[in-house]
Amino acid sequence: MATLAIIAQRNLFSVVILFGIYSFLMATVLVALDAVDVGMTEAAVGAGISLVLFLGVLHLTTGEEMKPLHRPLLPLAVALATGIMLVYGTLGLPAFSDPNAPPHRHVVPRYIHDGPRETGVPNVVTAVLASYRGFDTLGEVVVVFTGGVGVIALLRRGRRGKKEAG
Amino acid sequence: MKDYLVLRVIAKMIIAFMLMFALYVQFHADFGPGGGFQAGVIAAASIIFYAIIYGLPAARRVVPDWLVETMVAAGVMLFALVGVAGMLLGGNYLDYFVLHSDPVEGQHRGIFWVELGVLITVSGVMLKIFYLFAGRASGEDAEP
Repeated sequence: MATLAIIAQRNLFSVVILFGIYSFLMATVLVALDAVDVGMTEAAVGAGISLVLFLGVLHLTTGEEMKPLHRPLLPLAVALATGIMLVYGTLGLPAFSDPNAPPHRHVVPRYIHDGPRETGVPNVVTAVLASYRGFDTLGEVVVVFTGGVGVIALLRRGRRGKKEAG
Repeated sequence: MKDYLVLRVIAKMIIAFMLMFALYVQFHADFGPGGGFQAGVIAAASIIFYAIIYGLPAARRVVPDWLVETMVAAGVMLFALVGVAGMLLGGNYLDYFVLHSDPVEGQHRGIFWVELGVLITVSGVMLKIFYLFAGRASGEDAEP
């Protein structure tokens, strides 16, 4: 519903607010799926920070979407084809909460049985993220760092160039 | 929004609790949901809230630009140095068991410092992005 409203709206302010509502809905879905950590991240990042950033960008531009220059048939076709392929891909996944699914038989039993004893951390998600998969988390932090550095480099250079020109 | 008295008073009250909640999410991550990513975003959100209510220059006085930029790099450094500390103490890279004589205690220490690094970098990056965009909007110079 929210997605359809986002597509139909031409006023960008309502689109941003609808994005926030959509993020909160997704967060509740994730909490209902018992993924509390992910739900919390979605609520904080998706509904909180990115909403503020969108509003900041809106302040820089106008509030109304322009009329499209082309008919959006090709993008629609690409999006539909990708969606159909993704749905087809999910058909190959094991059934939801199937205890015999391959990922649940590889390292997950070890994390769940030995994790609290080896790390002394009751929350398995924290134990996996920070300890067993510490290297991956380091990579994630480096990605965030790189993104920040990229934004700094781009926005600052644009301002300095403008100053020199003007 | 500097002229709205109710907003100013309420913001002053709420920001303390937001920072408190960020610290709770950070240090309680061992037992409940949360961790460095979420806590960093919440901490950055409280500063952004302050900037929206009291204006960007006021927020820049509280958390200056050089501090934000240092945070962006310092978090990654801290995370990587925890790994190096594990190596110096005779373990593998990012091996927490050697950080303390008791392996479980060592894990606790490792996770604590690593999550702190995540918190610092994430809140720094979020704040920096907000500062840059908001600085453009209000037309003031981002250069310190």
